Amino acid sequence: MIVIVDYKMGNLGSISNIIKKVGHSSVISSDIEIIKNASKIILPGVGSFDKAMQNLNELNLIEILNEKALIEKVPFLGICLGMQLLTNYSEEGNVKGLGWIDAEVKKFELSEFPALKIPHMGWNEVEMPSQHPLCDELYDNSRFYFVHSYFAACNKKENILMRTQFGRPFDSAIHNKNILGVQFHPEKSHKFGMKLFKNFIEKC
Amino acid sequence: MLRTRIIPCLLLKDNKLVKTVKFKNPTYVGDPINAIKIFNDKEVDELVFLDITASKEKKGPNFKLISEITTECFMPLGYGGGITTIDEIEKLFNLGVEKVILNSISHLHPEVLKKAISIFGSQSIVASIDVKKHWLTKKQFVFIIGGEQNTGISPIEYAKKMEDLGVGEIIINSIDQDGTMSGYDLQLIKSISDSVKIPVVALGGAGSLEDLKLAKQNGASAVAAGSLFVFQKTHRAVLITYPKTEEINKIINH
Repeated sequence: MIVIVDYKMGNLGSISNIIKKVGHSSVISSDIEIIKNASKIILPGVGSFDKAMQNLNELNLIEILNEKALIEKVPFLGICLGMQLLTNYSEEGNVKGLGWIDAEVKKFELSEFPALKIPHMGWNEVEMPSQHPLCDELYDNSRFYFVHSYFAACNKKENILMRTQFGRPFDSAIHNKNILGVQFHPEKSHKFGMKLFKNFIEKC
Repeated sequence: MLRTRIIPCLLLKDNKLVKTVKFKNPTYVGDPINAIKIFNDKEVDELVFLDITASKEKKGPNFKLISEITTECFMPLGYGGGITTIDEIEKLFNLGVEKVILNSISHLHPEVLKKAISIFGSQSIVASIDVKKHWLTKKQFVFIIGGEQNTGISPIEYAKKMEDLGVGEIIINSIDQDGTMSGYDLQLIKSISDSVKIPVVALGGAGSLEDLKLAKQNGASAVAAGSLFVFQKTHRAVLITYPKTEEINKIINH
């Protein structure tokens, strides 16, 4: 069972809809018992990092998520803010993240690129430096929809899954074993997003 | 490189898709759900739905229809029309709308706009600004309530105010050009883009891909159009179209 974690941080409907579109079903829930039985977990999220961590704490979800991701090692996909939460720390609110992937979340600093506007909003291309089942049949220059002002910077090259140019290149997807995170919104990236969800569900 | 977003802007009236000329004479162009399915297949960058009678008739958003729309929409979706409360905005995001577009309420109750930005973040709140020339002086003013009420404020001043309030982007729409397919008001687009740092989306008047390119050259971060994507140019027969990626790259993203 695929569980989309509901911790009151936005757009879950579009994710369950696209999963349905690629032929699978999912459950949206914040219930610890349901999450306990998940075979795959998706952590979405739109909004601010500090509020998201606060909500996870208030809903008592951190312990069960740690158990599922680190001990049981179920395939885990963080999307947008949900990806940022997988890291050690964010400048947004100066708070710690889940710490599953060795990376920090920073605000875009683009003063030397006056033409670029923050948030980084719109369709952009990704490069995939290495092979991964999540990227199967996606290719360099696949495009995805982004909306964010902060980005994750990996401390180790091996945790980088995809890179995207916005002024400078940044890590647009990150991973650590069963734990995957994408900065963009695959649920809003039509055929590319459908492929990515299909890969996550069938190949990861 | 970040692509220039090309956004079909679809107008809703009583559950139907319509298209206006200069904000008048809404012509029926089809069923919104059917249109979305076609736009999905055409791999559209982003879609915008505007309910053109919700504010005039003091109706809130039609959540039932919006919910049907978001279920079928696998691309970023903006919705505007008739929004007056934070609860409505929250409901829209929960249904899967990415961007909430505020127009009349931003002028009538800027505190609602401000509160929405503080709760949901700048990137998800868009100000749409409808501009019309005074018939005699030709001076441009911002109009609200579906183009019916003149605020008496100039577009630049209004856009700057929206930026100060914290919106993530601005849709600048020319009522005079709407539905004419005779080209954007490029001067207006340039003046707004030069005055604010946030992304500006051009709307109103596009009749060809060349027009989209001109809007970009005049500072638009994204380009939106209605008639261009729902009518066949010469006969105004309904035909939902969207340029292919190669075509877009050739004309706009090179």
